[in-house]
Amino acid sequence: MILSSIIPQPLARLPWKLLFLMVAIGSFGLVNLYSAAGGSIQPWALKQGLAIVLFLGMAVALSSVREERIKPLVMPIYGAIVIALVLTDAMGIVGKGAQRWLDLGIIRLQPSEFMKPCIALMLARFYELLPAGDIRSFRAIWPAAALIGVPALLIIAQPDLGTGLMVVFAGVTVMFLAGLPLRWFLLPGAAIAAAIIPIYEFLLHGYQKKRIDIFLDPESDPMGAGYHITQSKIAIGSGGIFGKGFMQGSQSHLQYLPEGHTDFAFATLTEEWGMIGGTAIIIAYLFVLRWAMKVAANAPTRFGQLSCAGLAAVLFSYFAINLLMVMGLAPVVGIPLPLISYGGSAVMTVMICLGLLMSFERQQRSRSGSTLS
Amino acid sequence: MNAPIRFTAVHQNLTFSRRMMVVGAAQVAVGGALVGRLGWLAVRENAKYNLLSESNRVQLIIVPPRRGWIVDRGGKPIAINRSNFRVDLIPDQVKDVPGTIAKLTGLLALTPDEVDRINRDIDAAVGFQPVQVAENVPYERYAAVTVRLPELPGVQPMRGFSRFYPTGPAVAHLIGYVGTPSAVDYKKTKDPLFLTPGFKIGKQGLEKVLEPYMRGKPGGQRIEVTASGKLVKELDPKPDQSGSTVALTIDAGLQEYAARRMGDNSGALVAMDLASGDILAFVSMPAFDPNSFSSGIGRTEWKMLSEDDHKPLINKVAQGLYPSGSTIKPAMALGFLKQGVDPSARVFCPGGMRIGNRFFSCDDRHGSMDMHSAIARSCNTYFWTMGLRTDPELTTEMVNYLGYGQQFEQLPINQRFGTMPSPKWLEQKYKRKWQGFDSANTSIGQGYVLINPLQLAVMPARLGSGMLLQPRLLMGAPKHPVAQVAVDAEHLKIVREAMGAVVNGGGTAAAAKLPLDGVQMAGKTGTAQVYKLTQRKVANANWALRDHALFVAFAPVEKPRYAIGCIIEHGGFGASSAAPIVRDTMTYLFDQQKAWATLGPLEQSWGGSLAERTARQSAAFKAAAQSAVQAKAAAAEAAAKPASA
Repeated sequence: MILSSIIPQPLARLPWKLLFLMVAIGSFGLVNLYSAAGGSIQPWALKQGLAIVLFLGMAVALSSVREERIKPLVMPIYGAIVIALVLTDAMGIVGKGAQRWLDLGIIRLQPSEFMKPCIALMLARFYELLPAGDIRSFRAIWPAAALIGVPALLIIAQPDLGTGLMVVFAGVTVMFLAGLPLRWFLLPGAAIAAAIIPIYEFLLHGYQKKRIDIFLDPESDPMGAGYHITQSKIAIGSGGIFGKGFMQGSQSHLQYLPEGHTDFAFATLTEEWGMIGGTAIIIAYLFVLRWAMKVAANAPTRFGQLSCAGLAAVLFSYFAINLLMVMGLAPVVGIPLPLISYGGSAVMTVMICLGLLMSFERQQRSRSGSTLS
Repeated sequence: MNAPIRFTAVHQNLTFSRRMMVVGAAQVAVGGALVGRLGWLAVRENAKYNLLSESNRVQLIIVPPRRGWIVDRGGKPIAINRSNFRVDLIPDQVKDVPGTIAKLTGLLALTPDEVDRINRDIDAAVGFQPVQVAENVPYERYAAVTVRLPELPGVQPMRGFSRFYPTGPAVAHLIGYVGTPSAVDYKKTKDPLFLTPGFKIGKQGLEKVLEPYMRGKPGGQRIEVTASGKLVKELDPKPDQSGSTVALTIDAGLQEYAARRMGDNSGALVAMDLASGDILAFVSMPAFDPNSFSSGIGRTEWKMLSEDDHKPLINKVAQGLYPSGSTIKPAMALGFLKQGVDPSARVFCPGGMRIGNRFFSCDDRHGSMDMHSAIARSCNTYFWTMGLRTDPELTTEMVNYLGYGQQFEQLPINQRFGTMPSPKWLEQKYKRKWQGFDSANTSIGQGYVLINPLQLAVMPARLGSGMLLQPRLLMGAPKHPVAQVAVDAEHLKIVREAMGAVVNGGGTAAAAKLPLDGVQMAGKTGTAQVYKLTQRKVANANWALRDHALFVAFAPVEKPRYAIGCIIEHGGFGASSAAPIVRDTMTYLFDQQKAWATLGPLEQSWGGSLAERTARQSAAFKAAAQSAVQAKAAAAEAAAKPASA
């Protein structure tokens, strides 16, 4: 917080450190997209830049909405998104090529995007309403499981395994923080571990199975789907400590790295900027997460605590899944790295999360500020 | 923990902050793991991935390396590379594939078969790997393509190299030939070089065995390409590294002379230098022309060669096995001497002898024979008698020790090394006791005795030099110290003098006397039975039933320098065909002019020199192939007609 008489109060109240971090990451991403396009702001850098500015503005606007105004909207919005998901699935089945998204000009949105922050708020709301004494009973579990499961299954059926996993991850994190007995995590964890083979055999699509097969042994299909992981590792590994230099990445410039501007943008960046560039991004993200976790820890209300922690989990899952995938530690599931990968949806989701977090943070500060003064 | 405690908001807050610690720690842990992984990839594995990224980026348009030469002991070329013209095609750069191929078909007179092959190669080609259109293109056609290049994008006229063997068939079995690698060869190595047009590998003989030395390293144009194979820019070219030259112990002149001197015969000849064990000549005739093999041999030519009863596709030196006939006798005699037989002891030859209940007949009624005359006149009765008097195990051991039945492992050649039978061997192989007639058969080189022509030269070389010489074929091969033949020098002298008498003292090979002053040759004839002895005269009319003629020799008698072993298949009596060939070949070693003078008229009578006859044969092959194609086309037409009618 910059306290100066020159800067007007509303601006001075913004969390500048966070905004600076976001702008820094976004700018690095834009520079990288400029290089990936062979030294041109078209077709990616310019659009991405506009999306960042637009959604950053939206986040700042969102930060001024108070908790009391958000809370009553959570359930209706959740319901609306679930209905939208049902419609999307149904239309997808009927029309096959049917439009599955909203076209906003700059980005096309799938309803599943909105579910990521919404699931955090929805579960926070549920546990806020649940009497403290019931937290150890089955009543604390099944509604939450249903709240997560219904949209997650609808999303996975689209099929979009990556987004579905993110929704589950965010929801389960909130359940964990709400204080459910540990056995409710350990038992299903063990059950899932045991069910991995059946899930793999019966629940996954052919291409999803293949991704897992190839993740386990990328060399088994060097020219096919394992190509992504192999080429991404080559890009990152060949960058070395200092990288090949701006616009000098041969993997991305000669198109050996597929999706070098979207899901694998981090590999493009690391090839040119080396381990130093890659580490800078990771550290910047860890700072963003630390800020979000602090906001959660300092939130005075149960709804605030759980919402903020859930939103932090959404941010974390973007970051972790993408990087694990790009560095060959997880199967390819198609999760972008927000602000680095080209694509407005992820920017939007991340900005919604941050906007909400800023809103919670502003209220904490004004409250503590008022007690101090 | 005490049973049902009420869970309150305070508890909830406590749990929340405790679990927040866990979640935060997990996030930091994942972040740390990611940085660690990044470091592992970018630092620890950097070299590996740099290499992979470079091999992605840079592609090589491979230029096959020039193959190393094969030269003789004096540096005279045996296998070299001749530059030729070739036309390749880079599929990625061709705008109109069918049109281009149609134009090339006209310009290069491509056959439908070739067009078919080119189309298949184009479909299989990736990126910048060129596809061969034609090789060994005559200059006029090459020039015709060159002037039309502007209308033929992607067509690449090039100068390449083809293997050339100046003496052709004379070295065919020794050197082998080269050819385009097969799909199996490629699968074994996965080397893209194997798919490069114009690249040849050794397919037989020394070309195959010495492949690693002669191949060299490919060079080429390095280009930067995108993942889809589009050319970005050309980088500096990488020069090729031609293969090493291999020097053989062969004397190219002698090799050619001996091959030509064999004329129409089917046979083998090996000559050795007694100072070093160097193989000077390694001849197996008749042979194929390795020059025509290197550009791919036609089916008809192959068929005609493989059906020839003179077996031009078989390396007789290393793969041919024959009874030694009487050439075994000097070695046998040395074995007898070692076992205490008195060389002056006499045996009366009445024209044969009874062994058991069979009568073995000798070639002649030799009368009273001692060892010297028995070798000189090749009296079987003497050797039967002495063979029965001595221990067959020890006698065989001596013959084997001198080379018969031995394998020479240091030679880069696969050998069938035959058999020297002994009582022990017989027991092991046929589970029966050695009989008198086994001794008798073995002592005149029949029965189980089987030798190859290489051994036919090693045996006289060891007798002549008195050293246990090992044959050597590569000049670079290490020379091992050789031991003396472990016999009494006096015994060796007796055998050598008797062998001298074979040629110079009224022996069986008087016609093999060298036409030189002061150089006398020692030798021994051999006649290996192909058909039953009693019917020999009947069989003489039929080439395939005639006996094999053998001759082993060394010269000069007093101070031996060279040894030669020779077999002429179905050549009849040993002295009649093998001995004159050895005589002339030996003459070459002392006086080349005299030797060539002898060969001239002979070649006239055979219908021209080897080169002329090879050219005629190749024309015959082509004509046969042509008529075979026509016959096939006619047959196809005939088959098609009733269907359409």
